[in-house]
Amino acid sequence: MSEINLKEPLLQVQNLVQHFPISRSFTVKAVNGVSFYIRPGETYGLVGESGSGKTTIGRSVIRLYNPTGGQMLFQGQDITGKLDGKTREMLRKDMQMIFQDPMASLNPRKKVEDIIGEGLEIHHIGASKQERQALIGDMLKKVGLSPEHAARYPHQFSGGQRQRVGIARALIMNPKLIIADECISALDVSIQAQVVNLMRDIQEETHCAYLFIAHDLSMVKYISDRIGVLHLGYMVESGTKEEIFSNPVHPYTKSLLSAIPHPNPEVEKRRKAITYDYASSGLDYAAGTEHNVGGTHTVLGTDEDIRRWQKQ
Amino acid sequence: MVMEPILEVRDLHTSFLTSNGEVQAVRGVSFDVEKGKTLGIVGESGSGKSVTSLSILQLLGVTGKVTAGSIRLGGEELTTKSRKEMRAIRGERIAMIFQDPMTSLNPLIPLGDQVGEMLWEHHRKMSKEERREKVLELFRMVRIPEPEKRMKSYPHEFSGGMRQRVMIAMALACRPDLLIADEPTTALDVSIQDQILKLMRSLQKEMGMSIMFITHDLGVVAELCDRVAVMYGGLIMEEADIIDIFQRPMHPYTLGLMASIPDMNQDKGKLLQPIPGSPPDMIHPPKGCPFAPRCPYAMRICTEEMPPCVATGETRRSMCWLLDPEAPAEGNPLKQRKEGIA
Repeated sequence: MSEINLKEPLLQVQNLVQHFPISRSFTVKAVNGVSFYIRPGETYGLVGESGSGKTTIGRSVIRLYNPTGGQMLFQGQDITGKLDGKTREMLRKDMQMIFQDPMASLNPRKKVEDIIGEGLEIHHIGASKQERQALIGDMLKKVGLSPEHAARYPHQFSGGQRQRVGIARALIMNPKLIIADECISALDVSIQAQVVNLMRDIQEETHCAYLFIAHDLSMVKYISDRIGVLHLGYMVESGTKEEIFSNPVHPYTKSLLSAIPHPNPEVEKRRKAITYDYASSGLDYAAGTEHNVGGTHTVLGTDEDIRRWQKQ
Repeated sequence: MVMEPILEVRDLHTSFLTSNGEVQAVRGVSFDVEKGKTLGIVGESGSGKSVTSLSILQLLGVTGKVTAGSIRLGGEELTTKSRKEMRAIRGERIAMIFQDPMTSLNPLIPLGDQVGEMLWEHHRKMSKEERREKVLELFRMVRIPEPEKRMKSYPHEFSGGMRQRVMIAMALACRPDLLIADEPTTALDVSIQDQILKLMRSLQKEMGMSIMFITHDLGVVAELCDRVAVMYGGLIMEEADIIDIFQRPMHPYTLGLMASIPDMNQDKGKLLQPIPGSPPDMIHPPKGCPFAPRCPYAMRICTEEMPPCVATGETRRSMCWLLDPEAPAEGNPLKQRKEGIA
């Protein structure tokens, strides 16, 4: 553990702000000053309800959006603002994304080998076509498909297999960080576990880091080392999964955790949901600052809020 | 404790004719929904759970057809009803809510009018004022704040949870005997899901209706249902009371489902055990048990012959060769369990 702690963070996000101007008088404030970091080889989970900004953060980090404010460092290099050619190439190679809907994110008119191999071609990896094909074959085997699948089209696969193609496409670049945006939400329960276990095995082998975005808290708990809880574009609480799940401090986190139905009817009967409503809670996220409440556990709030929550 | 069933489905077969052949989506499903109780139907996509509910309402479209079996609502056969007769039953006696409330609502009509349409359709004699009052009452019942104002709103002005409340109000407008809910909370966040499930439970108590709840989330089943039927490959693999199925699952597929969801109370260590492989192709369904190709305990007979449905307790049944008296006891997860019960 201590060895990992000494390492430089792979990704450092400082005060990320992402606003979308809709009209002269109206701006969607999707992300309002979020900070976090990811170390090499670790999994950081982002949870929150829809509209909390978790997907926006993923897309800003990989620069599908131009951040409105804040700073992001990836492998020590600034990836905000205008990117120079070298930084862009590094970013596109070392950071990859797996999308939510495996059908919508694979080109239906391309063969699987062309989908997976596109990155190799663009970045001139592999000297010849044969070499590239060998790389693609190996990758297909790694994600649990067979090299014969290379000549097929996406519609010839089931949902779980398509997501494996999506994972293969991300992995072939040998990235340091993979952003997985709700990558298992569209799959069946029995297939979800297959894909999550595959992601775990790959992490053990290649030591890549994951930014795992999901709303399924039990899966996030299963796969993540550290978790950030988002609400209305603010990071309300962050810490290791043990810190978050066994000692939630922020009322939003508490309410979120208490809302998960338990797959055991006897435990389920005893579960009591805590309700939380931002409008009537009297809290103002913008006024709060990040407070450390022990270890890596941080909570957003004013001094008084934190004192009150910790007493409870 | 013999309860009167409101819905009896016997040996239901439903097929769809496609250009690739006949898709046998449901292949002999039997179950009861008891009065005032909730039956959960669990299964993955393609298991036939949604088609079962659409068969009950005869909403299969032009390609789908109930090929065999009977569906009885309060003793009345539904499969032989004409289109006109079915129209009177839909909404009035059986209502349905769907997964995505945005696509089930008309974006161009105010929500109050959409709920009122249900009343107009089934109670033509009701006056405009009466209808307005009734819609207002329904909006209050599903706990939509400021109902007078919100009645005039359009779907896009509502959040996902609020839209699903409108769908519930619409479904309950005629006080149906049976409510079919097809994954009504899948598109919602956990906290909103919790609110909707609580609302459904309290409305069920108030009105005494039965609910058929279709989902793939075992946590939701544990929260809401009294009984559960687990579907796979167009068949019910196991049916049991809620406590029984979670304490002692008696089918390898149910066992597999439970092993593939992470346990919130377990901190670390335990690896998820996914079910290998993928669901069967329903154009050419396997001759034997549909789960056999993915089953870790499959024997030779499993791929050759359909397993019989056997009682595994007073109120439960399973469909598996492992329960056969001739099945080996060694390494058999179900036999040991069965002896545990006896």
